[in-house]
This record gives sequence, structure tokens and C-alpha cells, in this order.
Amino acid sequence: MTAPDAAGLRRRTQELLAAHPPATTGRTAFLRARFDAGLAWVHYPAGLGGLDAPRSLQPVVDAGLAAAGAPDNDPRRIGIGLGMAAPTLLGFGTDEQKQRFLRPLWTGEEVWCQLFSEPGAGSDLAALGTRAVRDGEDWVVDGQKVWTSSAHLARWAILIARTDPDVPKHRGISYFICDMTDPGVEVRPLRQITGEAEFNEVFLTGVRIPDNRRLGPVGEGWKVAQTTLMNERVSIGGARVPREGGMIGPVVRTWRERPELRTHDLHQRLLTLWVEAEVARLTGTRLRQQLVAGQPGPEGSGMKLAFARLNQEISGLEVELLGEEGLLYGEWTMRRPELVDFTGRDAGYRYLRSKGNSIEGGTSEVLLNIVAERVLGLPAEPRTDKDVAWKDLAR
Amino acid sequence: MSAPTQETQAPDLLYSETEEDLRAAVRALLADRSDAPTVLARVESGSPYDPLLWKALAADMGTAGLLVPTELGGQGASHREAAVVLEELGRAVTPSPYLTSAVVATETLLALGTPDGPVAALLAELAEGRRTAVLAVPFAAPAPDAAQPAGVVAGRVTGTVTGVADADAADVLLVPTTDGLFAVGTGAEGVAVQPLVPLDLTRPLATVALAGAAGTRLADGASAVAAVRRGLLAGAGLLASEQLGLAEWCLTETVRHTRERHQFNRPVGSFQALKHRMAQLWLEVVSARAAARNAADALATGSPEAPLAVAVAQAYCSGVAVHAAEECVQLHGGIGMTWEHPAHLYLKRAKADSIAYGTAGQHRRTVAELMELPAP
Repeated sequence: MTAPDAAGLRRRTQELLAAHPPATTGRTAFLRARFDAGLAWVHYPAGLGGLDAPRSLQPVVDAGLAAAGAPDNDPRRIGIGLGMAAPTLLGFGTDEQKQRFLRPLWTGEEVWCQLFSEPGAGSDLAALGTRAVRDGEDWVVDGQKVWTSSAHLARWAILIARTDPDVPKHRGISYFICDMTDPGVEVRPLRQITGEAEFNEVFLTGVRIPDNRRLGPVGEGWKVAQTTLMNERVSIGGARVPREGGMIGPVVRTWRERPELRTHDLHQRLLTLWVEAEVARLTGTRLRQQLVAGQPGPEGSGMKLAFARLNQEISGLEVELLGEEGLLYGEWTMRRPELVDFTGRDAGYRYLRSKGNSIEGGTSEVLLNIVAERVLGLPAEPRTDKDVAWKDLAR
Repeated sequence: MSAPTQETQAPDLLYSETEEDLRAAVRALLADRSDAPTVLARVESGSPYDPLLWKALAADMGTAGLLVPTELGGQGASHREAAVVLEELGRAVTPSPYLTSAVVATETLLALGTPDGPVAALLAELAEGRRTAVLAVPFAAPAPDAAQPAGVVAGRVTGTVTGVADADAADVLLVPTTDGLFAVGTGAEGVAVQPLVPLDLTRPLATVALAGAAGTRLADGASAVAAVRRGLLAGAGLLASEQLGLAEWCLTETVRHTRERHQFNRPVGSFQALKHRMAQLWLEVVSARAAARNAADALATGSPEAPLAVAVAQAYCSGVAVHAAEECVQLHGGIGMTWEHPAHLYLKRAKADSIAYGTAGQHRRTVAELMELPAP
């Protein structure tokens, strides 16, 4: 079968709508039908929700479905599944795993979370200590994971664990699909500086994972995880924003509506940040134009750095601009929001939440190393951990 | 979803194949004729412009006429292509009156909208690289209100303009006066071009003193102000591309140096304290490219957003070029402080460029006006 072009996708979209009219079809039924028609993610293979079509043609389908009032799969709710688990399953899963997991992942019937970071393994993720020990046809997993969003909603998790402590850290890791309903999985909310608990700690005690839920070969989990992490950074830094979208929006609205708050000092700083936010937006636009033109550049790795710093500086300015009101905070009640929201709530929340932007998904310091070494070709720091067995590392 | 509609209206921030070909040709010419020792030798000679290089660039390659329509003797290209030429001139810190003559003076004449007469004749000469012209306003002027208009009595022009870039090498001065725009030959009686000692050795500055000089009146007062505004807008917008080229050279050269230079038994570029600074600079250069391309594209398409795009590009790229040049000096260590190493040429150009056609602060004020973000 040859991949369809834009006209072909438009025709298939209309056929889907004719066979399953959104007005009379249930949401899940429609999403399943869309997946089976290959219109879920057109760049995926046929039979797995796609049609092997160019990724750039997805908007053709989305626009046609949106115009007909069809339901979508609420991508913000299942971001980890779509952005991280799915590409990894596609790249490393067995046929059986892809058949079993991709469809309910995409329709949102099964939510996914990510069990990667640990209290003792943040930037140095490869040093992770959660153990997976082979026991017959199963692996038995013990350890603690942290910074897990959606863990309390998730049916499945992508998990990396140490299967061989006697080899250097990057070589002794394997990648698994973990059943979050296993009785050995305990999820506790992790309250953060905003007062909310977007994230969780996950304690794994004697969790049994059948060997057929391993992704990729034993000991090659680090390589598999690279796919996941690369997609995480793209999804954090690659969002499309209109002018004055994102963090600058609320500040300029306040500036225009409340002249009594203006000072000369804040004016200069606001204009500098406005220009930087506009330039960051243009840089993102240029990055997407490069992708569409088939000339992907390394610029993507820089976007997250830029947005982290801007979000922090802009929200900091906003708190200051508000003066006396900046002394107040909406509420400190412990909540467990379903969605990660950088710009929601009030200025104080934005200021505090944005502190995480330079930590989550790779700290800015680590990203600067990546840019320096992979983009600029600067030499790596001398390493003392590369040829040392994991069990002998300092901790 | 409204996003795809927005994206189709978005400016084209990439380089076309034609633009990349032009870049390759200009870069090859400059590699051959304007390497760092050559530039240093020329600026020390007190006559930084190489007439043969100008002929090759402006006339033979036709870059002087990129903005000029073919029916007026030019190449009928646009600001996008001129911006690419300026990126390369910035990268090689080449002394050349390209920005002042082929962009600002040319754009000012084009904005007069006179398809025949002396304006058309002068445009044809500029486009073919046979003559050069400069707008006689201070190089620091962001807008016509910062010009120093001369007086006119019985068709004779009298006045003094300070800090004019490239006046010494120019054949023609475009002089804003209280009675419109005049073209005055630099060789005419009553014209004195007094060279100043510039911070940026690669771009000469002069005081232009006119004492009853004869000139040709090209436009009345109102048309002149609008044309000068347009000329300075194009100058500021495309200066961002020169700044981008400067910054790119500084980053590339600093990365090269720190990979090779060893101290403490390792390349100094392996220290995170240094590599983070270069990675940060890379991010700024990537961002400057988007801002500079946006300004060039807005000027090329005649977008109503051009004034905002130019103000954003200048408010951003000036700082990036200066930062890149300063980092270049610092991360080169002692060698970066020597006269022999070209880093100082880039530092001086970058610092001077940050004042040319308005400082970043003046351009931010324009952003404030256009975006309705008023001062207290």
C-alpha cells in the first residue's frame, strides 16, 4: 500500500465521518474507529493507527475532524503516553506489545506514566538503583521512583530498572512496561512548592513484571530510554505560541489595564522581556518551518532553555508589578490537579511553578552541556564513572 | 484549530536556495579578498575600503542592486538577499559601504518613488556599483527626527552633520535639509568631509560640513522625511543581519579556539564554566537568526509589521553581537587582547553597531509605542 497524500487523507477522513457520525457515535467508539482507520497519527505504520504518511499531513486530518465536531483524545491528559511511551513502543516494542498497547494508549482508555527519576538519580539518571531481578518468567522489581505525574491515574508505566549491578551503569539497565494495578505499587502524592501535588512518589515493592513486558533487550534499557527522553524535551519546548502567548500574556494585560502599577524600572524590564519572548516565539516558528521543510536543525534542544529562563523572569516581574497584591497567594490547599499547567492560577503560582521549568525534563545545566557537546562539538568533561561497575559508584 | 491559518501567514524565516547560493558566492569572495590579516592591514593604512573588492562585490556580482527593480537598472531582488550579503560582510568584518550605500541610501531613493529624473539616474548608478552614496545623517540616528537638517539659501546647501558613516568614500551625499532632500557631490565646492577617529576601524566616520554647496533637489520636505524614515528602517532592519554574521563568527572562532587550547592537561573548552557560556551564546545566535530573518522578510514583503519586526530585531541582535564579541575576547584569554588577533575588530564593530541606527533602548521604546505598553 502506498502512503496517501493530502487529498487521500481528506477522503479517508470524510469516509470515517460518514461511517461513524460524531453526533450519534460514542466518544470511545469514535476514537477506536479513527485509530483503526489509520487517522490517529498518520505517520505511524498501517495497522497501528497510522498510514505511513508524512507527519506534516496530520493537520489535514485534525482540521477535517475538528470541523465536523468530532471528539479528540484530549492529548493534554495523556501527554506521557502520546509523547513518550508511544514512540518508545513503536521503536522497540514487539509486534504483540504494539498491538496490545498502542490503541488504548492513543484513545486515552489507558493512561500512562513514567517511572524514571529516583531520589538518588536525577540528572545522573543512569545511576538509578531500582532493582529488577529475574525470577522464572517474571522480573521482581523493588525501589522508589519520584516526579511521576499522572501516577495516580495511570494504568501502565514505562519503567527503567537495574538488571545488572556488576557492569558500568549505562549497561546494566533494562526497560519495562509496569502494571500500575500491581499490589506492590504504592503511589503517594508529592507536594511541591506551589502547594499542589502534580507529581507523585511511587514505591515499588516486589512488583512482578512478566518478561514479555520488557521493551528491548536486557541491559539495553538506557538506549531505549534515550528515545523517550528525546521526545520529552521536544514536547516540553516545542509548543506553538501566538504573539503575547505564554507567560508574557498576563503581565502585558495587567500593564495595559492598570496604569497605577507602572514604574520606569519595571517598564524597561518589561520591554526587554517582551522582546525576548517575541524572539523566542519567532525562533520556535523558524524551528517548525525547518521541520516542515525537512531540514531539522539542532535548535530544538535550545528552546526549552530559553522558555525556562523567560518563564521565570517574566513571572518574577509579574509578582513585583502587582506590588501589594504580589504579597498574596491564591490558596495553599493541597490539590492533585489532573493537568500540568504552567500559566494557570495567579502570578504567585506562575512564579513558583516556573521554577520547575529549568529542572524538569533535564536541568538547564545539563541541557547546556548537551548543546555544548553535541551541537558545538566541545569536548566532554573527564569522567570518573564510565568504566566503574554500578555497585562501586560513590553514593 | 486556528493554528494552521496563523502558520501560513507567518513570515518565511528560512533561507531559499538562491539565497544560499548568493551566500556561498559572497563568502568565497571575502575568503579570498578580505581575510583577517588583509582587513587589519587595510584599517591600519587609514583607507579601509578596497576599491577592487567593492567592484567585485557590488558591480561584478551585482549585490549593490539587489534592492533596485530591474527597470531601474538593479537586480530586482529584495531585503532578504541583501540581508544574506550583510551576514557575510559581518562574518568577515569587511570594511565596505554596502549597508550605507546599497541599503540605506538606495532604500531612501527608492522610497521617493520617482521612476525617472535625477533619482532614477542616481539609483541606476548605485545599483551598478559605479558610484556610492550615503545619507548625510548621524550613524546613530534611528529616525528622521534625529537628522541634522541643513539649511538652503537660493538652492545652496549649508550645514554640518556629525558622525556620518562612510561619507569619506562616497561619491554623493543625500542631504536632508529644511527644504527637502538634496543630492550633493562630495567633490563639489563648499563640501568638506572631515574624517573622525572611529571606535570601529572598519567603518569610517566623518563630519560633513556644507558651506553653500550646490546640489540637486530630489524631494520636498514631506516626501524627504518619509523616505529618510524608510531608509533608516531598512538600515536598522538589515543591520541585524550584519550583527548576526558578526556573532556567528565570534562563536565559531571561540569554539574552535577552546577546543584546541590546552591548559591543565585538557582542552579549555571541556570545562563547564566555559562551555555553558558558549552554549548560551549559541542559543542567542539561533534566536538572533530568527529575529533578523523576520525583519528582512517583513521589509522584503512590505509587511505592515515591518516597523515592529525591525525594532524587535534591533532591540535583540545588538546585544547578541556585543555579547558574542565580548565572550570571544574573554574566552580567547591573552591572545584575545592583542592587536594581532582579529577579535578586537569584531568587538569594535559590534559595539559601534549597537549604537548605529538607534540603540537597543531606543528600539525598545518603539516596541512600547507599537504594542501599546506605555511608560508610567
